[in-house]
Amino acid sequence: MAATTTLDSRSATGLRHGRSHEKGLASMLFLGALWLSLFFGIVVLVTLIVSTAIDGAGRFDSELITNYDSTLNPETAGVRASLFGTLWLMLTTALMAVPIGIAAAVYLEEFADNQRWYNRLIEVNLQNLAAVPSVIYGMLAVAIAALFGTATTNIVLVGAVALGLLILPVVIISTREAVRAVPQEIREGSLALGATAIQTTWRQVLPSAVPGISTGTILALSRAVGEAAPLLLLGVGTILFTPNGFLSGFTAMPVQIYGWTSESQEDYKVAAAAAIIVLMVMVLALNGLAIFIRNHFQRRW
Amino acid sequence: MSTNEAAGEAAGLVVADLRRRRRPHERLVLGLLQGAALLSILITVGIVVALLRPAIDFFQEVPLLDFLTGTNWRPNLDPVDYGVLPLVAGTFMTTAIALALAVPFGLGAAMYLSEYAADRTRRRLKPVLELLAGVPSVVYGFFALQFITPTVLQGWLGINVGFTNALAAGLILGVMIIPTVASLAEDAMSAVPQALRHGSLAMGANRMQTTLRVVFPAAFSGISAAVVLGLSRAVGETMIVALASGGRPNLTFDAREGMQTMTGYIAATTGGENPVGSVSYNTLFAVGLLLFVLTLIVNIISIALVRRIRQVY
Repeated sequence: MAATTTLDSRSATGLRHGRSHEKGLASMLFLGALWLSLFFGIVVLVTLIVSTAIDGAGRFDSELITNYDSTLNPETAGVRASLFGTLWLMLTTALMAVPIGIAAAVYLEEFADNQRWYNRLIEVNLQNLAAVPSVIYGMLAVAIAALFGTATTNIVLVGAVALGLLILPVVIISTREAVRAVPQEIREGSLALGATAIQTTWRQVLPSAVPGISTGTILALSRAVGEAAPLLLLGVGTILFTPNGFLSGFTAMPVQIYGWTSESQEDYKVAAAAAIIVLMVMVLALNGLAIFIRNHFQRRW
Repeated sequence: MSTNEAAGEAAGLVVADLRRRRRPHERLVLGLLQGAALLSILITVGIVVALLRPAIDFFQEVPLLDFLTGTNWRPNLDPVDYGVLPLVAGTFMTTAIALALAVPFGLGAAMYLSEYAADRTRRRLKPVLELLAGVPSVVYGFFALQFITPTVLQGWLGINVGFTNALAAGLILGVMIIPTVASLAEDAMSAVPQALRHGSLAMGANRMQTTLRVVFPAAFSGISAAVVLGLSRAVGETMIVALASGGRPNLTFDAREGMQTMTGYIAATTGGENPVGSVSYNTLFAVGLLLFVLTLIVNIISIALVRRIRQVY
C-alpha cells in the first residue's frame, strides 16, 4: 500500500516537471559517474603538468635552452641540439606530408569514383594506416633509406620520411572532412560559370576548406612533435652540435627526454622534467593554434 | 572540348556533364592527385616488404612455431631463446589494464557529451579531452615512472609494486586512449536518430534509462569500434611501456612486476649494438611483423564495425 502511494506521488511530480523521476537517486548517481569520467582525464592532465613542473623546477634557466647535452655535467645539460632538431624535423615533415596529403584527399573526395574497388581499397587502407603502431614507420623509413643506398638513417630527411608517412593518413582523413564540408552549391555555381573541375577545386573548394585543413594538419604535426619511437629505430641519439639542414644529423626533444629519463642520475631526471615542460609548451601552443583557427576561421554553411 | 560542344549543339542537346570537360594539362594534374592517393597503398606494401624480408631471414634460423609458442625470450643470452610469449604477455597485460580503465571512463565521458552536455559545453570540453591524446607518449612514460609508481601506487595506495611495473604503464596507457574511445563512441551515440530518444522519453523513461537502454544498444557497433580502436592504440604504443613497464621479459600474471612488451623490446633493442643482418637485428623485424599483423586484425575488426553503423542509419 505504502509503495503504491510513493509511486503515485513520484509520477505525479514527474508529470508536473514534464519528465518522470529524473532526480531519482539512481539518475543522480549515474550523472555523477558521467561527470567523474569526463573530469578524470582533465585531473590527470593537470596533475601531470603540475608534478612534472615541480620535478623540473630547478632547471628553468637559460642553460637548459643554450647548452648541449653533457655526460660530465648533468646539472647543466641542455636541449639546444634537440630543440633545433625538432624544429628542422617539423619543417621537413610538414613540407613532405602536407602537399601529398592534400593532393590525395582532394583526389579521393572530388574525383574518385567510390564505386570502383581500388578507391574503396584506398579508403580501408587509409583507416588501417592511421592505426598502425608508430614504431613500424621507423622500420619502414630504415627500409626506404636502404633503397636509396644509405645506411645513415639518423639525419633530418630520413626522420621526416618516418614522421611524414606516419601523419600522412591523419592529414588525408582530416583534409577530406574539410573538403566534404564545402557545400555542393559552391561547386555547382563555379561549374555553371564555365570553370573546369580542376579550376573549381583550386579556386573555390580548397580556399573554402583552408581553415579545416590547417586545423587538421596542425594537430597532426603536434602529434609528430611528440613522437620518439620511430626515431629510435633510426638510431637517433645524442649529438653535440646544432642541426642545420635537411641532411644534417639530428636528435629530437622526445628522444632526448627518453634518454635522460632512462639515466639513473637524479640530475638527468630533473633535466628531463624541465625538457618535458618545454615540449609541452610546444604541443600546447600547436593545439591552441589549431583550436583558435577552428573557432575563428572555420565557416559553418 | 570544342568538339564535344559542337557535337552537342549539332544534336540539339546541351552537354550535360560539365565535369567531363578537361584541358590536356588538367589530365596531368589529375594524374598527380591520383598518384598521391595511390601512395597510401604503396606505404602499406612498403611496410609489409620492409618487415617481411628481415623476418624471413629470421624464420630461417628460428622455426616459426618455436617463436610463437616459446616461453623464454633471451635474444642476447647464451643459450639464446626466441620464444615471443613473454613479450606477448606483457603487451596483453598492459593493454588489458588500459582497457579496464579507458572503457568505463571513455564511455562515461562519451555519454555525458552526447546525451547530457549542452552544445556550448561540448564544444569547450571536447578539445580539452582531445588534448589528452595529444600529450607526447614519452611524457606519459615519464609521468608513470616518476609519479604514478612512487606517489600513487606505492604511496597513496600502498601497493607493493616494482620500480617498473605493468600496472602503472597500463593505467597511463588507459588515460592516453580515453579520448580515442570517448570521441568515437560519442560520434556513434550522436548518430542515433533523435526519434528513438523521443520515443523512449514519451514512454516515460528518464534520461538515464534512455541513454542506457535505447541509445547505448542502438550505437553498440560504433561503441565497440571505439573500444577496438583504443585497443589497437594500446597494443602499438611504445614509449610509455618502454619507460614504465621495464625491460625484462617476464611471463607472469602479476601486474606489480615489470613486464617487457613487444614494442618495449623494439625500443630497447634499437640502441645500435646489433649489426644489420644479424639474427638479433632480424628479431626486431620478426617482433615488428607480429605487432603489425596483430594490430591489422584489430583494425580490420574496427573498420568493419564502423561500416555496420553507417549501414543501419
